[in-house]
Amino acid sequence: MAKIVIDGVDYEVNPDNNLLQECLSQGLDLPYFCWHPCMGSVGACRQCAVIQYRDEDDDKGMLVMACMTPPTDGMIISIEDEQAKSFRSNVIESLMISHPHDCPVCEEGGECHLQDMTLMSGHNYRRYDKEKVTHRNQYLGPFIGHEMNRCITCYRCVRYYDDYAGGTDLSAQASHHHVYFGRHEEGVLESEFSGNLVEVCPTGVFTDRTFSENYTRKWDLQTAPSICTGCAVGCNTTPGERYGTLRRITNRYNSDVNGYFLCDRGRFGYGYSSSDQRFADPLQRKNETAEIMDDSAVQSMLDGFSSENTSVTTIGIGSPRASTEANYALRCLVGADNFFSGMSDEEFESANLILQLNKDKAFHSPSIREIEQADAILIVGEDVTNTAPRIALALRQSVRNKAMELADQSRIPRWQDAAVRELAQHDRSPLSILSGYKTRLDDVADDEIIDSIPRLASFAQAIAGSLSGKAEQIQVEDGQVAAVEKIAEQLKSAKRPLVIAGSSQGAELIKAAANIARALGESRADGAIDLCLLTPEVNSMGMAMLSTEENSLGAALEKLRSGEASKVVIVENDLYRRAPHGLVDEALEKAEQCLVIDQLPTATTAKADFVLPCTAFAEQESSYINYEGRAQLSFQVHRNHARAKSSWQWLSAATEEGIESLMHDCADAVPGLAKLCEILPDKSQFVGGMKVPRQSHRYSGRTAMKSHLGVHEPKQAVDSQSVMSFSMEGISSQKDASILASSWSPQWNSNQSISKFQSEVNGELKQGHTGKLVMERNAEGAYLEVSVSEDSSAELQLSRAHQIFGSDELSSRSSVIKQRMVGSYLGISEEDARSKRIRQGDSIAIVGVEASLSACIRSSIKNGSAVIYCDETMDSHSLPRSINISKSNNEVQTGIKGLIISDLMDEDN
Amino acid sequence: MFTLFKDTLVSQVVTLWKVFAKILVKADTVQYPEEQPYMFPRWRGRIILSRDPDGEERCVACNLCAVACPVDCIALQKTEDEEGRWYPEFFRINFSRCIMCGFCEEACPTNAIQLTPDFEMAEYVRQDMVWEKEDLLISGTGKYHDYSFYNVCGKKIGGKDKGEAQNEAVPVNVRSLLP
Ligand code: SF4
Ligand code: SF4
Ligand code: SF4
Ligand code: SF4
Ligand code: FES
Repeated sequence: MAKIVIDGVDYEVNPDNNLLQECLSQGLDLPYFCWHPCMGSVGACRQCAVIQYRDEDDDKGMLVMACMTPPTDGMIISIEDEQAKSFRSNVIESLMISHPHDCPVCEEGGECHLQDMTLMSGHNYRRYDKEKVTHRNQYLGPFIGHEMNRCITCYRCVRYYDDYAGGTDLSAQASHHHVYFGRHEEGVLESEFSGNLVEVCPTGVFTDRTFSENYTRKWDLQTAPSICTGCAVGCNTTPGERYGTLRRITNRYNSDVNGYFLCDRGRFGYGYSSSDQRFADPLQRKNETAEIMDDSAVQSMLDGFSSENTSVTTIGIGSPRASTEANYALRCLVGADNFFSGMSDEEFESANLILQLNKDKAFHSPSIREIEQADAILIVGEDVTNTAPRIALALRQSVRNKAMELADQSRIPRWQDAAVRELAQHDRSPLSILSGYKTRLDDVADDEIIDSIPRLASFAQAIAGSLSGKAEQIQVEDGQVAAVEKIAEQLKSAKRPLVIAGSSQGAELIKAAANIARALGESRADGAIDLCLLTPEVNSMGMAMLSTEENSLGAALEKLRSGEASKVVIVENDLYRRAPHGLVDEALEKAEQCLVIDQLPTATTAKADFVLPCTAFAEQESSYINYEGRAQLSFQVHRNHARAKSSWQWLSAATEEGIESLMHDCADAVPGLAKLCEILPDKSQFVGGMKVPRQSHRYSGRTAMKSHLGVHEPKQAVDSQSVMSFSMEGISSQKDASILASSWSPQWNSNQSISKFQSEVNGELKQGHTGKLVMERNAEGAYLEVSVSEDSSAELQLSRAHQIFGSDELSSRSSVIKQRMVGSYLGISEEDARSKRIRQGDSIAIVGVEASLSACIRSSIKNGSAVIYCDETMDSHSLPRSINISKSNNEVQTGIKGLIISDLMDEDN
Repeated sequence: MFTLFKDTLVSQVVTLWKVFAKILVKADTVQYPEEQPYMFPRWRGRIILSRDPDGEERCVACNLCAVACPVDCIALQKTEDEEGRWYPEFFRINFSRCIMCGFCEEACPTNAIQLTPDFEMAEYVRQDMVWEKEDLLISGTGKYHDYSFYNVCGKKIGGKDKGEAQNEAVPVNVRSLLP
């Protein structure tokens, strides 16, 4: 710790950080643009100037840039000095000479860092009356809008997009005061993390197009802390609502999980919740038509499904995309024995394996913050960019640990971003990827082993064998021995090695990955090895914890088919995405009564006798358990004005007491979930029963929003069940960050105000709530047996591809996400394509399977293996592990246009 | 005794004198409504939405009037035409709440919303005091005749390209390295 004096006041600061960061950590107001808490300093904008004095007798001092100055013991500085102030106000005046008169029609207005800093620096009158520089905008795809005139050339965008997120298609162009930030030509921004530009850019150059379409100022949005339901990472988000519909999603800081960034699926994939296809009323199917049911009919129908009231067996099928409470309420309704998994059987097998490994004390499941600390990484078969995108962004930071190490050796502070990058050049911490195809992380990978899944399993097991004599020894091809040794050595010599695997390619790779981690652990005294096991959906972990291992979906369908059970309740699940279509058809045909609770029409709801409408993620309070076993609470943002209720409200008798009593029941009844209730907010902090308002203190239009319906304003809606209220009244989260939805602080209207709520910059939120790890790790495990047999009955070995836009069921029903989706495709090698006379984009038929896919010829794929991506219409669970293909004459519906992969062969080849 | 005399009788006589003296003065009251008083242009009465000199809606749906309104009686929603011009999809004022404070006019960056000298807004049914954009929008420029926000702002809209607003240079050619 260093003792420094700022404007006559003593502070203790961390000498490893820069002065600007430390001033902000102390809660002081110092303007800045180019520095970002996650990206360090480059000293480009000159906005953070302060005066530094040589000693106590020095009354002149000199100007220094706070973001480029390390604090040293005894340092004396001044933020308030007149010279510093006038320097800052002159700097911003010159940054603003060409700034357009746009605030009223700028999406950033009201949460603009530039507005805030201009005000803070004291520049308020335009003196420059010469011509302003103007720029043409570019079309950057359905997500991001571009209004280049507003740029202040802070370079944050390219530093984020290129340096931090590894993008290649955004650059600084032209020179001097003509500098331009855009693509080399108009087109869709390729990075899966482009949405963060909206929050990184301190001005309104990059804006959220989905938000602009239904634009509302930040102060008019009703918000609450929420959890992204896009994948198993469980990023923290702030959805905002106005006039009954969701308007946008922004990042919500969580020091352990997503930090400052989201992926584009999470940020832009919310549109389905305002889809006009949403179910509004309970429906009963009568012959071919659906009739609306009244409340009493719904009640008697539900009673008929309850295990207490019926002699026939009712089974329940849960869902990994439904909340813990929805699944638990269903389990209570039908009884634990009759509660079945809603995952596909392969996925369920993997999920159970992951669950078991997550209880093993040899391993540790790293949070994103911990992933960023890894200095040697092995990914076994998982395409993280498409299955758990935020983790891919974290891995791009972990490979920089080598650079940080070099910086430490050369005594360069880690926050000196440009210097550290210059020093390290292309030196990276090793990242090795075993995969069926080239992934989006190939540009930062040290080694990429591309092969069929069984052969990858043997490769991975060989690494385990090389690390420890106790693991099963497997022989690999001579050509691969060196690679095995190299990867094993890299992991062994690392300070914090990390092994990543996931359920998308089946259980064998997970087992092999666990064996590697276990073998690594043997030679180490320092505790558990980071083993990050990814499940596919937001609550896959929670769902697996609630069901028994025997109760797979296959078993449920068999029970219905055989007549052992005759009624079925399906919660938030489209079974046609989970099991072979034939089996689902047969089971649902046989079922006497089928009740489906869901938001949107699916193939399954089309077969149901009863459909109950349920609320979308932002319309309900619920909890989800992420890949680490971290339970997180997601609050209700707004009410659903149709008759939709959350699934647990339909199914549970105890709806009056609210979600809390259900969570307490669940914690008592399910052994693994005993800690679930620890995520509930601490009620003692709410003085006099006052709630936390969901609306900002400047929420406008309250006496006019609904006055066209009736001039007598209705009473503010009362939320009896939550600690939050649907109004402006109460104890604002500005005082208490434990239920912080959107951050705001006087003079800080943009999201940069988050530093006011952090214990220190990049630290935990002051009254922090980062979720709760519910899993107990106390089991002893052993090496697992990995089966590496190939299915050689056909010529191409299949591996599965996933798409960030498309593989997630709900987000893919949003219209903007649809614009980025591709149709089913089959990736094959050039040679295999040539031998079948298949060209890029041709339609392909798979022998014995009814489907037509586009050919996607990729240079890196091994001959004899293929990668398949199935869109939602395909019967993907009927596919064998190996296939024969031929060219087909069918038209493909959606081609592969827009597919972003690096090894796509040119069409002319 | 003298004080009592002075406080009562003298005072009453003086008062009477003052009253009768007004008999010959012209009356201030008028025969409203037959006779209309002169209203000053800056009077804060019925709110209108004006148009710019080209006859286009001035309001750009920036929401500043709504947030400035102390009784929160303005609600609107932004929308956009194909060429990027922002305007309100709906714009509603609940006049039964409005206190004619003029903060909205003060806040408006485009001179769109203006208070006018018209004060005759009484209704028999309170619901009729909820006015929509169709009721508020007039066909002229109101009190400010020349101002057109989009001529100053940098956004491209139909009929005005980049570089064509006031004080703007032609758009930069990013491929050129010339100064
Ligand atoms: S970027 Fe900020 S200052 Fe510039 S026009 Fe937009 S809101 Fe105004
Ligand atoms: S576009 Fe935004 S982030 Fe990029 S340099 Fe300009 S102001 Fe900074
Ligand atoms: S990584 Fe997953 S949880 Fe995070 S924003 Fe993306 S989809 Fe949502
Ligand atoms: S302040 Fe003016 S431009 Fe903005 S919404 Fe109100 S009337 Fe329209
Ligand atoms: S923040 Fe210090 S120079 Fe930009």
